[in-house]
Amino acid sequence: MKKVCCFVVFLIISAASVFLMSGCSESYKATIKVYNWGDYIDKDVLESFTTEHNIKVIYSEFATNEDMYAKLKAGGEDYDVVIPSDYMIKRMINDDILYKIDLNNIPNYKLIDDRFKNLAYDRENEYSVPYMWGTVGLLYNKKMVDDVVDSWSILWNEKYKKQILMLDSQRDSIGITLKMLGHSLNSKDEAQLEEAKEMLMDQKPLVLAYVGDAVKDKMIGGEAALAVVWSGDAIYMKRENPDLEYVIPKEGSNIWFDAMVIPKTSKNKKEAELFIDYMCRTDIALKNAEFIGFSTPHTEVKSQLPVELTSDKTVYPGVDDLSNSEVFEDLSDTLSIYDRIWTEIKAK
Amino acid sequence: MKKNWISYPYVVWMIIFTLVPLVLVIYYSVVSVTDNGIALTLQHFKKVFEPIYIIVFLRSIKLALISTAVCLVLGYPMAMILADRGLSKRNILIVLFVIPMWMNFLARTYAWMTLLEKNGPIETMLSNLGLPPLGILYTEKAVILGMVYNFLPFMVLPIYSVLSKTEKHIVEAAEDLGATPYIKFKRIIFPLSLPGVISGITMVFMPAVTTFVISELLGGSQYTLIGNLIERQFLGTMDWGFGSALSIVLMLLILLSMGVMSRYEKENEGGGLW
Amino acid sequence: MVTTFLKRIYTFIIFFFLYAPILVLIVFSFNNSKSRARWDGFTFKWYIELFNDQYIMASLYNTLMIALISSLAATFIGTAAAIGIHNMKGLSKKLVMNVTYLPVLNPDIVTGIALMMLFVFANMHRGFFTLLMAHITFSLPFVIMSVLPKMKQLNNQLYDAALDLGASPVYAYRRVVLPQIMPGVVTGFLLAFTLSIDDFVISFFTTGAGVSNLAITIYSMARRGIKPEINALLTIMFVSILLLLIIINNRMSKDSEREDKVK
Repeated sequence: MKKVCCFVVFLIISAASVFLMSGCSESYKATIKVYNWGDYIDKDVLESFTTEHNIKVIYSEFATNEDMYAKLKAGGEDYDVVIPSDYMIKRMINDDILYKIDLNNIPNYKLIDDRFKNLAYDRENEYSVPYMWGTVGLLYNKKMVDDVVDSWSILWNEKYKKQILMLDSQRDSIGITLKMLGHSLNSKDEAQLEEAKEMLMDQKPLVLAYVGDAVKDKMIGGEAALAVVWSGDAIYMKRENPDLEYVIPKEGSNIWFDAMVIPKTSKNKKEAELFIDYMCRTDIALKNAEFIGFSTPHTEVKSQLPVELTSDKTVYPGVDDLSNSEVFEDLSDTLSIYDRIWTEIKAK
Repeated sequence: MKKNWISYPYVVWMIIFTLVPLVLVIYYSVVSVTDNGIALTLQHFKKVFEPIYIIVFLRSIKLALISTAVCLVLGYPMAMILADRGLSKRNILIVLFVIPMWMNFLARTYAWMTLLEKNGPIETMLSNLGLPPLGILYTEKAVILGMVYNFLPFMVLPIYSVLSKTEKHIVEAAEDLGATPYIKFKRIIFPLSLPGVISGITMVFMPAVTTFVISELLGGSQYTLIGNLIERQFLGTMDWGFGSALSIVLMLLILLSMGVMSRYEKENEGGGLW
Repeated sequence: MVTTFLKRIYTFIIFFFLYAPILVLIVFSFNNSKSRARWDGFTFKWYIELFNDQYIMASLYNTLMIALISSLAATFIGTAAAIGIHNMKGLSKKLVMNVTYLPVLNPDIVTGIALMMLFVFANMHRGFFTLLMAHITFSLPFVIMSVLPKMKQLNNQLYDAALDLGASPVYAYRRVVLPQIMPGVVTGFLLAFTLSIDDFVISFFTTGAGVSNLAITIYSMARRGIKPEINALLTIMFVSILLLLIIINNRMSKDSEREDKVK
């Protein structure tokens, strides 16, 4: 017991010393804390930022918007740059926990495609700078599906019973159903939501599973015929399995954005803006776009990427492909109705 | 043996890190934020007892009970085997038993998905042997399998620790008196191991009720369990009041059933308040 | 013997069940494709990428440190607590036991958020230390539940006899009580270590900027897909633990041989 005790004390002391030592910073001009999705940046970019500007970057990762939001909301955490998605940015703006970004400090902002400015989650471009974007659509296996895939309604086709993968996400699943019914995917109308619920309940026996990340291996391995997926994943899946094809259904879909914002807890707003500008620089944005493989909102980067990538409608759909697609908005109180609907569908 | 004081560090620790957070949870469950500030309310608890959520409760408890039972049935013989090996080898076996659990949970669960897939190794082998496919991925059976896989060591280890060094002379005395193996087990070994069994059941059942990742991945998220529901209240809808109320009801429910269980334990050690 | 044979078979089946997914991880750490759905040839590239990924390496270091320190601390506090609880009587004992169950009963998300609020409220800098404290908290009940059954089995007369023979209480505890409850203590330690090394939810909410453990790193990858680097990392961890075990085993059997010779 004595030995164990000594050992514990020794370990705690050594751990503490390691911890404290890492605490004494070297001679950096400043330190910024960046909070991002996992595996969503080329980490070399962070290092070269430190070398160029002598600013240390403390980098952390989160798994979902909601995880990140709960942590930020609790306070005490002083992140300088966070990269959430559209609807979450809207919620953070409503909560008044974001700084307005001074675009004068971000000269590279002009390189962002005008198509991706003034969007519903940030009408005046006051709070956010787009990082990546994409769509939600249907992925199908050409060898398993012989119908024309151009509408969400194929997800209700009895022929594909137990070969359909839905997204395990309330917003997306209810959203596309609303779209199919001709409503807005930000609907707060209870009758419309009720209609969507009935549809999804009817669909449940046909669904193989409601999945997240697992959809990739399933579709590549030919375990299912049809799936609702994000375009960024679709690019990767098509590359791994050439039998797969991606479409944005004619009823329209969801366009999503991940964008950089500065929370009000930031103590280094100037440096945070410097970092955002740096991320918009063409060479840096190119590195990230190549690493992640999602669609970039950056005009120059797009022109420097290989043509076979930029001409692929999966990654870069044209303006007309997206004519009736929408961006998610914050639902605030209606969220609990969505949650209830989702519970009812799952509890059946 | 009257020195209770050595448990005081623990008691202090638990007051700070368990009771204080619990008070917080209770606070969230009974207040609601309205336009005119904060008000006391029972609306969250009322919501818990709506039929739709009762279904979720019942399903979670059912799955957890089945998993606990399977763990007990599979784990008890394993614990007996581990308990009577030669000493040096036995310690190695015990460690080998928990090592798989040190590998990341998510990675292991994904590996199970690979194993159980339609085109996966198990199904391929079955079809090569001319056997019918298992088809358990994305069913309740897969969820139970996942729970059993993840919680089995929590059943085996406490039973093993009680069985090892069970007083041999009692068992030998029973043998001398002509007890059959069955009687020996029923009258001596099992009753002696009961404290370990109860610890095991507790350690498997409680986490099994509240788990949510297993049902999401192996069950294809087709079954909302109480863990999923609570997680969504805290993160998705940000309805911390309802989430807190759900977990308090769950807590009371389990403590109550633990209390009932402790009556079967003669010394009444480790029992509940009731 | 038929029973020995049956025991061997049973042990084999259970161990196969436990190790089957680990085997899958190992195999796919050598897969050229990023996807688990397709075998695309043998490669070592994930291992090379792993060693170049400082972020993963840092989280591995945190994970091991936290798991080791928290499980040792929890075993120490928990064993002492179990001895004390065993000696308690009546209401106070029941009360303490019910509090002990609470962290196990609460879904992780509730424990995680509640602890986070506590740390925010106490204005504590969140990072390694808060993570450590959270891990000790959720490990403690498992240690206590492992040690208590052994306490119940304990033969009190032995302890009293030791005292009668002039042993001090501390000495009697160390030499008489502790050896008897040791299997429970070891079990408790193993369970605590197991829980700590693989915890995501509570860790996520109790850590701060820049301090991440493996579970957080891996869960964060979920949106983009877990990289095969992780399979490589787990394979290395697995193999090193096995090697360590073999070394310990050899040394132990040598020791016992030596003892045999002395006898």
